[in-house]
Amino acid sequence: MAPNTLTAAFLIARKDLAIEFRTRTAFFSAAVFALLGIVIFYFAWDPTAVSAIDLAPGVLWAIFTFSGLLGLQRSFGIEQADRAIDTLLGAPIPRESIYLGKAMANLVFVAAVQVVAIPAVQLFYGVPLLEHAWALASIALLAAVGLVAVGTLFSAMAVNTKLAEMLLPVLSLPFFVPIVIPAAQATARLLAGRPADEIVGWLKLLIAFDIVFVAACMLAFPFTIEE
Amino acid sequence: MIAARGLGRRFGGRVAVSEVSLSLEAGDCLALFGPNGAGKTTLLRMLAGLLRPTEGGGSVAGVALPGGAELRAAVGYISHASMLYGALSARENVELTARLFGVRDPREQAVRALERMEMSERADTPVRLLSRGMQQRVSIARATVHDPRVVLLDEPFTGLDDSGSAALAAHIASLRAAGTTMVLVTHQIAEGLALATHAAIMREGALVRLEKGETMDPSTYLGVYREHVTHGA
Repeated sequence: MAPNTLTAAFLIARKDLAIEFRTRTAFFSAAVFALLGIVIFYFAWDPTAVSAIDLAPGVLWAIFTFSGLLGLQRSFGIEQADRAIDTLLGAPIPRESIYLGKAMANLVFVAAVQVVAIPAVQLFYGVPLLEHAWALASIALLAAVGLVAVGTLFSAMAVNTKLAEMLLPVLSLPFFVPIVIPAAQATARLLAGRPADEIVGWLKLLIAFDIVFVAACMLAFPFTIEE
Repeated sequence: MIAARGLGRRFGGRVAVSEVSLSLEAGDCLALFGPNGAGKTTLLRMLAGLLRPTEGGGSVAGVALPGGAELRAAVGYISHASMLYGALSARENVELTARLFGVRDPREQAVRALERMEMSERADTPVRLLSRGMQQRVSIARATVHDPRVVLLDEPFTGLDDSGSAALAAHIASLRAAGTTMVLVTHQIAEGLALATHAAIMREGALVRLEKGETMDPSTYLGVYREHVTHGA
């Protein structure tokens, strides 16, 4: 009997992560990009004009957004070589499981980049990010779910076009905005030591966007891969 | 097992396949010939459930086209692209397919499928390090690991050496003996006819000749093929 949606998604995610673990191309590119971005922001920063607490959340979320795109680009790129995608499309599994599997692997990828970038931001800007590790991890995870939900769908749409590398950011970035704004706002309030109530409001907004994006993108996905 | 009635597919204004009608029973093997761009691959992709027909209809393994999971579970599809992941080993590729098709003992079945294609010794080699012919053998193992009732082969002999071709021919013969229905797209008329129970020629998206018989003479058929393809008889 063919696997159910979740089992098939897990198989696909495991396959994608095994490929990334062996080639390491996307992760290293994204991690190096993230570190370089943090360094460039650091040298462009005038600490007498803007405090680190005010700047760090913006830097963090700009870096996450753009480095995440590098991994999303590759997500369906690995399926195009030798038409490996037909192996998935020809299997008796729901189309949604392909989307879910890809999104799960992308989530691990984005989380891995965050694990590299967060300590680097703390190191360069001297902000106490790791003191709020659990709260920051919650914000990062919720935001990553939204970014990955949208990015995975657009990666599938863009991969068959000649302008895939340009099209993915153009399509994705407008949809990233509603995710990045509450994530950056929640992070800023966390670092400023604002009351928890102020942070929870932004987290609720993030959760709402996550639910909408995951549901809408999963429903739309089967139509994007139909020839 | 395979039935098509006026099956067709358009891409925008371009007609890729038009008015294809055929019927194959369990154990039949159709050798499908035709020049490049005749619509053979498009027809195979429709029968594999990978492409939605825009005209006509049909069924594969008792499931109406375009089918769904039930149809795809019954089909093994070998394309001229390998459909393999270069960073994974041959065994991992075949095992992944076995798991996606819900095969019992996926690892063991993957090893057996690779054995049938004489690829056991290179089972743990990443596919990107294998030659084109070896990748084709792995691709055949991948497509048949779930014992499909229908196998669709798109130029499967491409890149195979003599030993690979012999292993594939033996595998096709054993599949036929087990009652598997096959459509074999090939440019090699002698090899195709030797394995087939039916032969057909496609030109410009249409099936221009379809005949049954296991005694089709390759030399005569080559003349017929040229007549249909070159002169449009």
